[in-house]
Amino acid sequence: MAMGIERGFYALLGLAALAGAGWGLSSGGVGGLLFAGFAALTLGGALVCIWERSVVRSAFALLATFGGVAGLFLLLGADFLAMAQILIYVGGILALILFGVMLSPPDPTERKLSRVGLGLAAGGGAFAWVGAKVAATVHWSQAATPPPAPKLSHAREIGVGFLAADQYVVAFELAAVVLTVALVAAVYIARRKVADFEEPAEPEGGI
Amino acid sequence: MQHGNLVHELLSGVAPEAVPEWATILVTAVIGVSVLVGLVSVLAMFSVWLERKVSGHIQCRYGPMYVGGWHGWAQSLADGVKLLMKEDMIPLGADRVLFVLAPALVLGSIFGAMAAMPLAPGFYFADINLGVFFILGMSALTTIGVIMSGWASNSKWSLYGAMREAAQVVAYEIPLGISLLAPLMVAGTFNLLEASEAQSGWFGMKWFVFQNPFLIPAAVLFFVAALAETKRAPFDLPEAESELVAGFMTEYSGIRWSFFFMEEYAAMFLMSIVGAVFFFGGFESPFTSLAEWAFVAESGADGVVTEAAGIFELPLLYHVTAGTVLAAKALFGVFLMMWVRWTLPRVRIDQVMTMGYKYLTPLALVVVLATGFWELILS
Repeated sequence: MAMGIERGFYALLGLAALAGAGWGLSSGGVGGLLFAGFAALTLGGALVCIWERSVVRSAFALLATFGGVAGLFLLLGADFLAMAQILIYVGGILALILFGVMLSPPDPTERKLSRVGLGLAAGGGAFAWVGAKVAATVHWSQAATPPPAPKLSHAREIGVGFLAADQYVVAFELAAVVLTVALVAAVYIARRKVADFEEPAEPEGGI
Repeated sequence: MQHGNLVHELLSGVAPEAVPEWATILVTAVIGVSVLVGLVSVLAMFSVWLERKVSGHIQCRYGPMYVGGWHGWAQSLADGVKLLMKEDMIPLGADRVLFVLAPALVLGSIFGAMAAMPLAPGFYFADINLGVFFILGMSALTTIGVIMSGWASNSKWSLYGAMREAAQVVAYEIPLGISLLAPLMVAGTFNLLEASEAQSGWFGMKWFVFQNPFLIPAAVLFFVAALAETKRAPFDLPEAESELVAGFMTEYSGIRWSFFFMEEYAAMFLMSIVGAVFFFGGFESPFTSLAEWAFVAESGADGVVTEAAGIFELPLLYHVTAGTVLAAKALFGVFLMMWVRWTLPRVRIDQVMTMGYKYLTPLALVVVLATGFWELILS
């Protein structure tokens, strides 16, 4: 029973990805195929993340999601954003999540389908709400040739853009300062006091 | 290879009708990937042999001497055949999917990172204008692969190795990135080819380290952080063969195990390339300068490039010299890493953390600040 559900979920996921790829290829050529692939990676990773019972596997599924989002950024011509996505989300945040989660034991209990349904309902509701908001605000252009997007892929252009609009540069610097302060404060709070070192509570066992 | 036009011409020779765009992309990709795979394999074999010879000579031994005749040059080849024939073991308790996926992810991401690597001026796999950023991002992916392998093995040693890798890489990615910011400020570009170009002049010695004195400490910081990033001794705690058996690769055998090895040597070479390009002149050296001068002298008194047809925009001599110079610099970096490995003992994990967070990161910040001031004052 449980095995069947597992297999079925991944089979459905694969079928959906294939269908998406076929749709992308037929409607948008190579670009459409790439978009469908990255979108499938993003959504599939997210679904596996909430479906898997093992927390670590869920965390590894996020790798696909982050990679897919980076790929979508690349398709939109935002190279810098894509690289930052990989460097920060995969290299930093995902490594930290894994570091925290890796020592958790596998959950042996059966998956509760009611809970999965609840999660799907909540996620679908949130998705629908955000989608409605976006649909209400975005003006969908039906023009045959879309206006050329400003290509800010070159790092220098992005930097100059930041400096030119002076309202951004202050906010940017402030955010950086706040992050640094938070980092130092975290280290200060987490630091063991000198008194802790004087009498160790337990003998140092060791590897 | 960037020369899509060349591939397009080749295809036009085969099929005189219009060649579809996707065919050009596909053939270019196949050629590029084949060259890259060959390069990494040969590089790994050579580096393993070099490591054995270097370690041997540092310890007053010879290292491999018999296989193949001259100084055991075929030792790695023989090892490669042995590894291919070995039984591929997957432990019963392992997470099979992740166990199989991990070496592929590690090797795949280092291949991806190497796509941004220039081989010679105008001769590269992909001209990414965020080159070094791309390399750092892809190297971060190998970390995830290592953590994956450690967890999927379901072994205490592997898990310890993976935990150490996670902690160590998160700590050292910061000084690695920040110490690279300093030459990036001088270069004004992320692109490796452009950065190398920015260092031409002064008879090939206008290296970034000579342009700005604060780049010398930045280079040292980069070297230390790169050692930690590539899991090389004295920071080889994820592997730590004397305490953790073989760390994250304890449960791996045969060709999967050798994937981790190939990644390690490819990463060393890649980090050395990045260091050579952003600190030590890239393609530039007196030899490159001479070759370029010879080329200009040939092309006419006014120095205008007349011969621009064919594969190369510049004559072959210049390209070969430039490529050799960069490869020599990178191999010297690899040699330095080996030298350090066989000289220094492994540090403890708390010492690794202390060094990364308390010394390297603040130092890197100071160096970046000083580099910025120097550039401001000079410009």
